[in-house]
Amino acid sequence: MTTAFSLILLAVLVFVVVFAIGLYNNLVRFRNQVKNAWSQIDVQLKRRHDLIPNLVETAKGYVKHERETLDSVTRARNLASGAQGAAQASEAESQLSGALGQFFLVVENYPDLKANQNFLALQEELTSTENKIGFARQFYNDQVLGLNNRIQMFPSSILAGMFNFREEEFFEIESAVERETPEVKF
Amino acid sequence: MWEQIRANKRNSFLLLFFMALLLAGLGYAIAEVYAPGHGVSGLVIALTLWALLALMSLFGGSNILLLVSHARQVSRTDAPQLFNVVEEMAIASGQPLPKIYVIDSEAPNAFAAGRKPENSLVAVTSGLLKKLNRDELQGVIAHEMAHIANRDVMYVTIAGILVGSVVLISQIFLRTFIFSGGGGRRSSNKSGGSAQGVFLILALVLSILGPIFARLLYFALSREREYLADANGAQFTRYPEGLASALEKISNDTAPLEAANSVTAPMYIINPLKKAGRAAQNLSSTHPPIQTRIRILRSMAGGASLQNYNQAWRQVLGDKGNLIPPGTLNSSQPVDLRKTSTMEPDQATARRQQVQGVNDLVEKINRYTFLACACGLKLKIPPAVKEKQLTCPRCGRLNELPVAELAALGAMASKLGGTGKGTPGPDRPPAEDSLRFVRKEKGWTSFQCRCNNTISLSPAFSADKTTCRKCKRTIEIVNS
Repeated sequence: MTTAFSLILLAVLVFVVVFAIGLYNNLVRFRNQVKNAWSQIDVQLKRRHDLIPNLVETAKGYVKHERETLDSVTRARNLASGAQGAAQASEAESQLSGALGQFFLVVENYPDLKANQNFLALQEELTSTENKIGFARQFYNDQVLGLNNRIQMFPSSILAGMFNFREEEFFEIESAVERETPEVKF
Repeated sequence: MWEQIRANKRNSFLLLFFMALLLAGLGYAIAEVYAPGHGVSGLVIALTLWALLALMSLFGGSNILLLVSHARQVSRTDAPQLFNVVEEMAIASGQPLPKIYVIDSEAPNAFAAGRKPENSLVAVTSGLLKKLNRDELQGVIAHEMAHIANRDVMYVTIAGILVGSVVLISQIFLRTFIFSGGGGRRSSNKSGGSAQGVFLILALVLSILGPIFARLLYFALSREREYLADANGAQFTRYPEGLASALEKISNDTAPLEAANSVTAPMYIINPLKKAGRAAQNLSSTHPPIQTRIRILRSMAGGASLQNYNQAWRQVLGDKGNLIPPGTLNSSQPVDLRKTSTMEPDQATARRQQVQGVNDLVEKINRYTFLACACGLKLKIPPAVKEKQLTCPRCGRLNELPVAELAALGAMASKLGGTGKGTPGPDRPPAEDSLRFVRKEKGWTSFQCRCNNTISLSPAFSADKTTCRKCKRTIEIVNS
């Protein structure tokens, strides 16, 4: 009787331990993915900072009358690369996105510049980098959601508390323009 | 979407399990017919055959595939845009960067291979790079990355080999059975005679029906995976139109892909062996009909999330079930659409838009009415149309015709023609209170403002008030 009882108890105990290990590994996996996604965003932001001086240099010869625009791009870039902390960085990055958008609008008026091979290559690189920032942010936020859900939800919340898993913050970089929802009306 | 991959694995596992069961049953029954009492060894032989073939194709599969399709690996300097787009999609899907190959062929097509995300690869044809713009290429690559992230290549390979094994074993059994006359072993074991008879019938039924069932299961699995890859692709790019228009371009292309055969066909984004004009859903096709895929992508109103795709999928196919398990749908986040990229439209598109502009002008003179469908297509309605509803040829939505506007146009036309009074407009819903309009239907609705100006609301209109263009009154729109 007692042996049967202790065997059942042992089985339950083993099951609980295995289950807890699974939950814990899951939490660790999400935490690592969040870290990985964050470094991916960082890499792309740096890449953008590196590309901009080249872009401005190439464009300078063609768009002489657009000093203002070029200057604002350079200024926003310097501000962004020198930013400290997440809040300041996201503010500066959204300003840089805005300045770049303005710049590419201006470029539409300069067919010579648009035909320049070097410029085209840079434009492709920048477009891609912008996209990558967007996608990296999207992936990061997905992972943060997953991690936070697991930290808050039972039963993984117990383990999260025991092993000191902290909730992460979402990365919002959307500029005011991006946030604005277009009103559809025909 | 990570829960979805797991649910996905479960579904595919179930399908594979049924197929493996079929194979095992076949092996068991055949062994019992020839050597009573040794059914288990027959079962083991059948499954071992499958495992061996599967392992061989999984470990050598992508190399063979690349070899037969004459693909060559490219570096960043060879194709910077392709490289960038693949990198973007690798980031969006959270997968490691796959190896990138280009196949020299005019036919636009693409495939993904590799049994694990770590050693996966993406191959596109040079025709694809030439014919698609950046957004479209991104859509195609997103679809391929979704195949990789969902581990589709592995499932399709294992399932394909399973079907092959079932077919092979059935064929061998049926041939030997016919040649040996089927009666040679009747006297071998008298006591087991009736049991043997049962197994003989079972083996016959399984070897005749088995291959058919296995094939149908395989095709069903393959088609579902295509839809899922489309759904995830739209989610990754946040721009379903890119993939939709890429599919349209690919399907309209007539250049044949020389390097494809029926074995490699399920790997491609669209079936490279397509016969012209075959649009109907077919039980024996590895890919869903392209028109349906495009329709679903274009019906994803207002978002790029899995919910949007699932909804569009049900709407287009008229299916009661879900493509994506509801548990996943509830836990996934809404995804907003993004705008088109700032890249230049290619020359062909620019020219087409020019021609379209001229056509529009001519049709406007001829009193055509233009109606913008929610999917973005401009419907052109000739003045003679009497129907109240029109199906959009692109996304299949039912669009209500703005009857009031048509009537007003008709009235104007007859006035110009000098035939006196215009015909009174058909029964249009009057505005209950002139400054408040209750919208009852989701489709196109028209009403008259107090100043007799006709206002039409498109299905996409979602604000709670509008302004009359003529008298500048603000009219409240109440959705009922």
